[in-house]
Amino acid sequence: MTRYVMVADLRRCVGCQACTAACKEANGTPIGVQWRRVLDIEVGEFPDVKRVYVPTGCQHCEDPPCMHVCPTTATKQRPDGIVTIDYDLCIGCAYCAVACPYEARYRVDHPRFAFGEEPSVSEQARFDEKKIGVATKCTFCVDRIDGGCAKGLTPGVDPDATPVCVNTCISGALAFGDIDDPDSNVSKLLAENKWFRMHEEVGTAPGFYYLWDKEAPL
Amino acid sequence: MKQVVQVRLQRYWDIRAAGNFSFGGTGSGLILASALGFLIGVPSVLAVATGLGLIGLGLFCVWLEIGRPWRAINVFFNPRTSWMTREAMLVPPLMAAGAAAVVFDIRFVLLAALFAAGFLYCQARMLHASRGIPAWCQKETVPLILSTGLAEGTGLFLVIAGAPPAMVATACGIAILRELVRELYRRGLVKANAPAGTLAWFSWREEKLLTAARWLAIVLLAAALAGWNTAALGGLLAVATGWGLKGMMITRAAHTRGHVITHTPARGRDPSHVVIPS
Repeated sequence: MTRYVMVADLRRCVGCQACTAACKEANGTPIGVQWRRVLDIEVGEFPDVKRVYVPTGCQHCEDPPCMHVCPTTATKQRPDGIVTIDYDLCIGCAYCAVACPYEARYRVDHPRFAFGEEPSVSEQARFDEKKIGVATKCTFCVDRIDGGCAKGLTPGVDPDATPVCVNTCISGALAFGDIDDPDSNVSKLLAENKWFRMHEEVGTAPGFYYLWDKEAPL
Repeated sequence: MKQVVQVRLQRYWDIRAAGNFSFGGTGSGLILASALGFLIGVPSVLAVATGLGLIGLGLFCVWLEIGRPWRAINVFFNPRTSWMTREAMLVPPLMAAGAAAVVFDIRFVLLAALFAAGFLYCQARMLHASRGIPAWCQKETVPLILSTGLAEGTGLFLVIAGAPPAMVATACGIAILRELVRELYRRGLVKANAPAGTLAWFSWREEKLLTAARWLAIVLLAAALAGWNTAALGGLLAVATGWGLKGMMITRAAHTRGHVITHTPARGRDPSHVVIPS
């Protein structure tokens, strides 16, 4: 089996938001919508305070609550673990948005553009009427993955089969791959490092891992 | 190290969604109360018709809220796991049985009550399944929504169909039950360390007024049992306070979980630290 996951190395992320920009450029998301976000989290109390940059977005959960609550079956989970939305089925009830513990879903009811009423040339080129009034979220750039796989490429290894946020990351903080393959980059990263997943207590088994330290040597 | 978790108030479900839970809860509760009324010898066609109308009004509110209203029929596609689909699927038989009770024979209200109970339960489970909103996915949400709907329904029955002692006693008992469940719900949220914005709900002036009004409803219903002519007013208050409770629960107390990390990353000579959300 194949189970695609994302790994974010918090030791490496510098909060540059290049992944966010790349995602917006590739997916043409409207203003206010960030399928890939980088949170700037402050922890500690003065004077012992630290900032942690945390890339986030749809966690492509193993047990996605958004899919269970969806009344239309627009939200589906592929065999490779990627959670998708069928924009033709979605009625925009936003039940998935309130069921998601990661605030990863968006609904835009009216077209919005960065520079006024009219879209810029690039916005016009990427505008998709189907995405208005329905739920949207990160797809792990599923079209790139499928297109790349069709050419015999390996997601997470070959850039043409890898999500654009991973390709764009300047510090190598983001990695993508098949966790069911023990030789994949993500499997090795998770074996060699300590990690956590967000909101484990909710029971969604997210497919987004955060590295925070090296495993102690045996 | 402590992390002050940044949460936000969800804006996807607004007063229109609250309208579904308020009108739908009252409507289904009213049909259940109508069935009880029929059994104790106070049949009321008007109460059944009003219940159906309220449920329809609630669904209309939802229809106004969804992003693609002209494909609303798709709501029926996922009965396997979605409580929203299940709620929608109960509407046609509920309306048919209710209409039969109104038009043909009031005895159909017993059948309508079965579907109304299912409808109200689906509403409760809908909120409970919203794992992104701690104020909703609390386990006490289900009995809270059920007891609130029943309190509203029995209360409105007293206004519409008169106040037989058995119905007044039932309304009073359910209003007390609602208050107990609401307190359990509050304690559950505190125990679960719900977002501060959600817990702040219980100290708002509006909530204190609502709580006072809920207790006043109980007092008025109890007074009605003692022979005072206060049943209708108590019932009306039970309805209004239920709507207020659900309105606040859905539009003002519904904060997200925020993003929580468990460790800071090790960087250079700086080791990792365990992070505790606060």
